[in-house]
Amino acid sequence: MTRLPNPNILRLGAGAGYAGDRIPPAVALAEKGQLDYLIFECLAERTIALAQLEKLKNPQSGFDPLLRARMKAVLPACLANGTRIITNMGAANPLQAGREVLAVAKELGIDQLKVAVVLGDDVLSLLQANYLSEHLIDSNQTVADIQPQLVSANAYLGAEALLPALQTEAQVIVCGRVADPALFLAPLMHHFQWQADDWPLLGKGVMVGHLLECAAQITGGYFADPGYKDVPNLAQLGFPLAEVNAQGDAVITKLTDAGGCVTVQTCTEQLLYEIENPAQYFQPDVVADFSQVQLLQVGPDRVQATGAGGSPRTETLKVTVGYRDGFVGEGQMSYAGPGAQARGQLALDLVKARLAAAGLGHFEARYDLIGINAIFGNAPINPGHGHAPAEPEEIRVRVAIRVQTQAQAQEVANEVEALYTNGPAGGGGATKSVREVIAAASMLMPRGVIQTQTVLLDSSTGDV
Amino acid sequence: MLLRDIAHTRTGDKGNRSTLSVIAYDPKNYERLEKFVTPEIVLAHFEGIVGGPIERYSLPQLGALNFVMHNALGGGVTRSLALDAHGKCLSAKLLDLVIE
Repeated sequence: MTRLPNPNILRLGAGAGYAGDRIPPAVALAEKGQLDYLIFECLAERTIALAQLEKLKNPQSGFDPLLRARMKAVLPACLANGTRIITNMGAANPLQAGREVLAVAKELGIDQLKVAVVLGDDVLSLLQANYLSEHLIDSNQTVADIQPQLVSANAYLGAEALLPALQTEAQVIVCGRVADPALFLAPLMHHFQWQADDWPLLGKGVMVGHLLECAAQITGGYFADPGYKDVPNLAQLGFPLAEVNAQGDAVITKLTDAGGCVTVQTCTEQLLYEIENPAQYFQPDVVADFSQVQLLQVGPDRVQATGAGGSPRTETLKVTVGYRDGFVGEGQMSYAGPGAQARGQLALDLVKARLAAAGLGHFEARYDLIGINAIFGNAPINPGHGHAPAEPEEIRVRVAIRVQTQAQAQEVANEVEALYTNGPAGGGGATKSVREVIAAASMLMPRGVIQTQTVLLDSSTGDV
Repeated sequence: MLLRDIAHTRTGDKGNRSTLSVIAYDPKNYERLEKFVTPEIVLAHFEGIVGGPIERYSLPQLGALNFVMHNALGGGVTRSLALDAHGKCLSAKLLDLVIE
């Protein structure tokens, strides 16, 4: 598809809203979105810590597991349409991720590709050297308290860190930890020459990024509630794109033939998603203000978003620290038919008694009846309705215990499975699992000590 | 009437806090939300799940309220033993709130 770029409007598309997100909607946007940028946001809080563990096992890994599949799917259309790709799929190993992108291009027969890799978010050695006495946010602990279990430390870089990469000729820009909205703010700053201290404009760019960063969560994903909030053609749900002007006003929309919907309702849910004080959304580049945002339906599946603001950025950057935090052993078993709930409760009581006698020491535990209290605990049911729900036909027992060692976690999981021959009548469908807990904590670091760097990889020079 | 008849909700997670937006389908119902969906009412509705406190932010031009519920996620997503560690399901719980 050929198109005439419009310098007054930048078209940004969301290619992923999390690491495991669907790929076909990204391909559709690459092919038909007439995009200037296709942006893949794939890092959750713990993703880099988990990727770091992979990298420790194999130095050639540690990037997003779907990187190759995604690039293979969208590179041809993006290159044909002049659409640049920005992604944080570098995770714990952005440099290797950049090399992988070149390798995929080569497999596709693309011999001219430049990939810019942004480094500098990994601050683990800096943390170990200078910040052990710093307190963790929302915790009584210091970094030193968890030092033996430390796995990773990554600063949330801002759009500023991506600008040098955007100034190269790279068609693909790969980074690790960059604040999600900044992946979208950066091309806006680059294209419209927004200044790094134009706080209201940066706030508007952050709003665009925040609206797009979870991809389908604004086009009708995570929204449907039959009879109340119906979403057309949800099976073929599309990803969103934004048309943004130099003043930072945006229209959020989707491909006309994609499923889903873009309405003031979907946009409001996403605007406030994971936001605390709407007037103070702390980002590396700006403290954004969403409190006065206006959303207006300006056409079918077209919502205009205006009115965001911003105030000066803080002098610190948030750092996410990943650390090992014991093991969780979990087991589940189902009971059904008359007395299912009583048999399930008996099963839980048995496991609890057996674990108490197992000499595991102190442990955190959770005993759930799925279908009764696993999600909402013992919160009042239907307050104000004055009736109790009928006993369910089926329930599922779940035991989850946090312990110090893998062997102990295995013992917990086995105790639930052993309900088969040692528990109440009619239990079935046992499952068990053991996993190491990689926890995440946050701390602040002065922004001045964090140095970023751009590395340009070029397939035509073999400079990889 | 139930909150579900006039508003929709979505939760998100921040550490051990759950954020909860309550959005009127029809802006003319915003005042009703502001009057009846108070932090105290929400805390009572989530008794046993959310320790509190709860803060509320008003966005009248969007017909929306935004709640920040502290001590809501069993220590936080990365530590919680809960089946729904993110508290994703909490948004639906509030829809059952009876309002006038």
